[in-house]
Amino acid sequence: MKMTIAAAAGVALLATGALAQEQDLSGNVKARQGQFRIMAINLGILGDMAQGKTEYDAEAAQAAADTLVAVSTINQPPLWPEGSSEMDMDGTRAKAEIWDNMDDFASKWAGFGEAASAMQQVAATGQEAIGPAMGGLGGACKACHDTYRAPQ
Amino acid sequence: MRRLLAGVALAGVALAGAGWVLTAPDPVPEELLAGLSGDAARGEAVFTAAGCASCHHAPDSEDRLVLAGGQSFPSDFGTFRAPNISPDPDHGIGGWSFAQFANAVTRGISPEGQHLYPAFPYTAYAQMAPQDLADLWAYMATLPADATPNQPHDLPFPFSLRRGVGVWKLLYADRGFVLPDPGTPDLTRGRYLAEALAHCGECHSPRTALGGLDRSAWLTGAPDPSGRGTIPGLTPDQLDWSAEDIAYYLESGFTPDYDSAGGHMVEVITNFAALPAEDRAAVAAYLKALPEGGRLD
Ligand code: HEC
Ligand code: HEC
Ligand code: HEC
Repeated sequence: MKMTIAAAAGVALLATGALAQEQDLSGNVKARQGQFRIMAINLGILGDMAQGKTEYDAEAAQAAADTLVAVSTINQPPLWPEGSSEMDMDGTRAKAEIWDNMDDFASKWAGFGEAASAMQQVAATGQEAIGPAMGGLGGACKACHDTYRAPQ
Repeated sequence: MRRLLAGVALAGVALAGAGWVLTAPDPVPEELLAGLSGDAARGEAVFTAAGCASCHHAPDSEDRLVLAGGQSFPSDFGTFRAPNISPDPDHGIGGWSFAQFANAVTRGISPEGQHLYPAFPYTAYAQMAPQDLADLWAYMATLPADATPNQPHDLPFPFSLRRGVGVWKLLYADRGFVLPDPGTPDLTRGRYLAEALAHCGECHSPRTALGGLDRSAWLTGAPDPSGRGTIPGLTPDQLDWSAEDIAYYLESGFTPDYDSAGGHMVEVITNFAALPAEDRAAVAAYLKALPEGGRLD
């Protein structure tokens, strides 16, 4: 029995190249899409206040900004495994270019982190401060979606 | 599909042989341009709304105002490359006259009298007010010159023949505005921005087999020219956002549920964020006034 397991493991090891392609990466994709959903929900709290659609609430604004910063610290590489682009599988809009330009992609993610920190600094200081900080965040999202997210 | 298109285009070229006169370039009447003097400061807003920089800035440049050209535009007919339109006298358009510029931008005619390809959206710019054209020309002369040489398009025969574009123009150019009688000043401005300057229809309307815009399905969405995915429809039955939501998207890139825009729309938003709020509101009002399903023509 032990032998068979060891043999099976050996075969599995040999086959990782082939297996990697058939591996189910849908969980990784769901996780990264989930992090973007968390971002969108918290931006919604801040953006609706900036636009005057909801009343300004310093505490809620700060909590939303803190959450954005928290998301920006999530370690990204495990969410973007090789073989999970829109060319490789269904259910994702991540362009293959991400894996050709990982450094640039990482710097665009870092740009989001900086914009989130800027929002964190000002979110509780008043409604007027949120609009400009939203502008910075919007710029960071677009800069990445421009190049790395495929059309619907 | 490609075979069919090539066939149709070949027939077009044959027709062009028969109708050589019909397909000859038809320039802007001189009276229309006489006596105009351009204001560079006003021209900046025209330039921004018309999105000239979006296509003509160098592919990897951070500076959108250096109009060195070089970006590629894939299509069913081959790949087009944007030329240098900076004020450089040798490699750009610094040596051109205002009349030559006006003919290129609103009629798709080069200074040599050849047809330009409609990948350059001159069928939209044809609706541009002559004063705006003069202001635009004055503004463009103030931009930095760049000596990057033009790159050739990558087009198979028969699309490599510019004369064939004359047939295309007979079918699709000179058609005027799509939305009739806008009524209010706000809608008139919105229609001018959306249809003449910002050429929303070039991306958001479906095309016929010959690559002309299908005006009977105006702004109802289209396949993405990259070959994968679609560009969303903007008619009220497809886009149920409020006018305020549309204006905010054009300013920030945020959808009502705070997703963020991507792809070619990002350049459009960069442009509209730099325009006055009234202009964004006018375009939003225009979209809300579109008929359901885009049936206009
Ligand atoms: C570093 C690049 C990058 C940045 C920065 C970025 N995004 Fe994205 N975003 C992506 C990619 C790539 C996808 C597609 C992911 C997929 O489908 O696997 C995506 C997808 C999304 C989605 C859809 C998630 C789903 O349910 O499928 C939303 C919403 C979103 N992003 C919002 C935002 C917002 C808001 C910001 C700015 C605060 C932002 N993104 C910043 C790259 C980025
Ligand atoms: C959608 C992309 C796009 C936009 C937007 C665009 N152009 Fe172009 N333009 C092109 C392409 C492609 C060509 C090449 C056409 C050809 O060779 O037949 C071109 C050609 C030209 C030419 C002819 C240059 C030459 O050397 O023959 C001029 C002038 C020009 N554009 C000016 C403008 C101005 C001014 C604007 C804004 C009002 C503008 N373009 C907006 C894509 C674009
Ligand atoms: C160069 C091509 C191009 C032009 C020109 C263009 N768009 Fe877009 N537009 C797109 C693409 C691509 C998307 C999808 C964006 C994405 O993937 O996030 C889009 C998305 C949109 C959306 C969001 C729709 C939705 O359901 O999410 C709106 C609204 C919109 N465009 C309005 C306009 C208006 C108004 C104009 C003219 C002022 C315009 N667009 C001009 C390419 C273009």
